[in-house]
Amino acid sequence: MASTNTAKAFVEFERVQKSYDGETLVVKDLNLSIGKGEFLTMLGPSGSGKTTCLMMLAGFETATHGEIRLDGKEINNIPPHKRGIGMVFQNYALFPHMTVAENLAFPLEVRKIGKSEREKKIARALDMVQMGDFGGRRPAQLSGGQQQRIALARALVFEPELVLMDEPLGALDKQLRETLQFEITKLAHDLGITVVYVTHDQTEALTMSDRVAVFDDGRIQQLAAPDELYERPQNSFVAQFIGENNTLDGRIKELTGTTCVVELESGEEIDAVPVNVSNVGDRTLVSIRPERVEINPDLGPTAHTLNAEVLEFIYMGDVFRTRLRVAGRDDFIVKTRNRADQVRLTPGQKVKIGWLPEDCRALDA
Amino acid sequence: MSNTGPDAITGPTPDNAIRQADIAEKEAAGGDAAHAGPVLAADGTPLKQSLNRALRRQKLRALALIAPLLVFILVTFIAPIADMLFRSVENEIVEETLPRTIKVLEDWDGQGVPGEPAFEALAYDLMIAAELKNHTRLGSRLNYETTGVSSLFRKSGRRVDDIGEVYADQFIALDPAWEEPATWIALMAAPGWSAGEGEIPAAFEMRDGVAEVLPRTADMYGAFADVIRTEDEESVADEEPWNIVYEALYRDLSENPEAAIAFDGENAARLAAAAEAVPGFETTTMSEIFIDIDKDWGSNNTWGTIEAFSSRYTSGYFLASADYQLTPDGIERQPEDQQIYGLLFQRTLFMSMTIMISCVLLGYPVAFLLSNLPMRTSNLLMILVLLPFWTSLLVRTSAWKVLLQQQGVINDILVWIGLVADDNRLELINNQTGTIIAMTHILLPFMILPLYSVMKTIPPSYVRAAKSLGATDWTAFWRVYFPQSVPGIGAGCILVFILSIGYYITPELVGGTTGTFISNRIAYHISSSLNWGLAAALGTILLAVVLVLYWIYDRIVGIDNVSLG
Ligand SMILES: Nc1ncnc2c1ncn2[C@@H]1O[C@H](COP(=O)(O)OP(=O)(O)OP(=O)(O)O)[C@@H](O)[C@H]1O
Ligand SMILES: [Mg+2]
Repeated sequence: MASTNTAKAFVEFERVQKSYDGETLVVKDLNLSIGKGEFLTMLGPSGSGKTTCLMMLAGFETATHGEIRLDGKEINNIPPHKRGIGMVFQNYALFPHMTVAENLAFPLEVRKIGKSEREKKIARALDMVQMGDFGGRRPAQLSGGQQQRIALARALVFEPELVLMDEPLGALDKQLRETLQFEITKLAHDLGITVVYVTHDQTEALTMSDRVAVFDDGRIQQLAAPDELYERPQNSFVAQFIGENNTLDGRIKELTGTTCVVELESGEEIDAVPVNVSNVGDRTLVSIRPERVEINPDLGPTAHTLNAEVLEFIYMGDVFRTRLRVAGRDDFIVKTRNRADQVRLTPGQKVKIGWLPEDCRALDA
Repeated sequence: MSNTGPDAITGPTPDNAIRQADIAEKEAAGGDAAHAGPVLAADGTPLKQSLNRALRRQKLRALALIAPLLVFILVTFIAPIADMLFRSVENEIVEETLPRTIKVLEDWDGQGVPGEPAFEALAYDLMIAAELKNHTRLGSRLNYETTGVSSLFRKSGRRVDDIGEVYADQFIALDPAWEEPATWIALMAAPGWSAGEGEIPAAFEMRDGVAEVLPRTADMYGAFADVIRTEDEESVADEEPWNIVYEALYRDLSENPEAAIAFDGENAARLAAAAEAVPGFETTTMSEIFIDIDKDWGSNNTWGTIEAFSSRYTSGYFLASADYQLTPDGIERQPEDQQIYGLLFQRTLFMSMTIMISCVLLGYPVAFLLSNLPMRTSNLLMILVLLPFWTSLLVRTSAWKVLLQQQGVINDILVWIGLVADDNRLELINNQTGTIIAMTHILLPFMILPLYSVMKTIPPSYVRAAKSLGATDWTAFWRVYFPQSVPGIGAGCILVFILSIGYYITPELVGGTTGTFISNRIAYHISSSLNWGLAAALGTILLAVVLVLYWIYDRIVGIDNVSLG
């Protein structure tokens, strides 16, 4: 599936499968290659197998089938402590009986690094996460965000080339999460490390990553850069999972290479870009982002428009959010920017809506 | 996703409400100076007062809820311990049984045998004690200190009846009226007091002035009247006084005949006549009589013992527990062959430690396994761990007897494998080895359970984190997992140690002579030798040792480092 950066793949999953119970596959045929210095995020709903993939990479779970390579070497049978992969856990996993400095010293001690060298590295790592004064504290004496910084510093202090993070910010509040998101990306970039990051917060995935792998049901549904993922979802799962999305059911009526006409259940017709539909008459799910819809559009005489009835008009400051009834569905959302000349709609009002054909994608049903 | 950490709860949980109330209370107390006046509640009462009222009701309700338990604990736990502490020093029996003797012995110099007054007082005390059947108890009590005293008292108690018979005969010969109870009542009783012929009379009332004229007689007759009334539940009107009363009368009359002659109560003439006649009476010496009963009365040791243990409280039991004894010459070490308690305490501590350590060694891997297995398997195995609790302790202990004896299963197997020669089978039972094996087995669950519950709470991510940081399995275990399981070890050790230090059934059954604990000795003193004072002293020392160890443990490991889960 994924084939970018194969020239210099640093981490590779090849045909990896995983089953815990011998009955169901939790990870089904995973192929993934991650370039050196890349920030790759695994995004997906709960239970989709993200943690499992991460654990296989870290060495805490064995792959049932397939090969995992790190820097060109197969690591399936190398125990975790010899893989040299840094890891940040969701619950931080800071050793409660050691001080912050002792926590950071731990990976250096087991690597038999001398005391003076060790202290230098610890100080540098603590400064890196702006926690220089906290070396003598116990983890329990730190706030959640501080603990997370320490966990990060500990994963980085022994200078691994690959760092894995499993929902590291999951337990923090929004503001703190945003600060740390920024810091983590900056650190990863500055240090040139490769990061595999697991989250199920899509904003986090989109803002932080070079590429995002969207997981569902043990498979990568799409692996792409954030903008690509948002604007050109490859299937209806991705389209619905990433960002807000309007969907309409219909059938392909005409299909001409790069455009198609879809007949909705209401009998109305719209233009769309065919993505994974192949035959006229196929059922399809048309996907369109709320901010790409225009109300009472001026698109030229040939463009298709749809009739809609305003159900709700919500003022949200920077945008207006309008809920419409379109083609028999009443969950169609339109977002319009709050401009001086923007008309404010009232519930019950009848309008026409439309969009550029390239913003509308006909996906698998 | 899940951000419900403890900090996330900011609403009014019950705890928070109490905490806030506390803060409010503190502020109300400390902040008064700053405010112009007390903060008032809505109804105008000071806020602090209405808060207190609200809290008081809560507190009372809470107290009412725990009251049954509190009472239960007080009655079944605190009270027995207090009683035990008291018994270990309590020694009232000597003073209560021999009050007159003790009083006389106060002036004794401790040399040789005390003088005639001491024997006389002893005769009075012993007469009353024998009637009340207290003298054997006293004998047993003093027998703990000096062997032979028990039989001395029993023997003397049997013959004390006859003391004074000589005088009784002479008085009656002088005037047969002395034989009549009525004569005595007329002489001794207060005019208004009625002997209540044939039924139990009211408490005896002495006639005014008699005690000055006839002090001994009044004393003994009063005692006699009380005993007849309370013990025999009869009337003095039907009873001839004890012989010893005649002896007392003789002494009184010969000591102070003038007073008797001057006596002006009822029967004064008869008393005067007796006073006149007394100098001609045949006399006896009390000390001779006693030494005749048992020559031990002529020994300094007997009297020394009585004197040494005459106070109401004694350190004697504690001295005995520490292999010392209180002799008339002061505190002395017990003879070599009787120094058993020090050894027993040492052995108890040593074996409890050994049992504790073997429980840790055996229990830790089991608990580790249990906490790392999937729930279903570990529950099943947990039942196996708990299985011993469902079997009688006696059955389990006896099973060990079968297994460990010289012709038992284990020896058979060892011989069969060839590890042990047939004529040289191991002695695994009726010694320390047997006790340690059986007790380790019995106490193992008490180690496994707290360990398990602590280990269960150690998230696997710690060990994973350690490994991802480069630690080998062993380093990850030793540096990260083990320190976090220490509270479980602490809890298990305290449980096992304290349980084993007081265990006694198992050592009794499999310990033989070398594998018994101090508790076996305590049990022996409670149920066989009936020396409860010594048992209490041993128990108190045991309690103190445990508390000291607990304190040391707290200093070294820290008691908040103990967790039952
Ligand atoms: N140790 C295990 N034994 C058996 N099944 C497991 C185990 N760990 C995970 N699973 C199953 O594997 C599937 C994938 O789990 P995984 O933890 O990888 O999900 P995830 O994508 O990380 O989800 P989340 O976002 O909730 O963390 C789930 O269905 C889960 O029930
Ligand atoms: Mg997960």
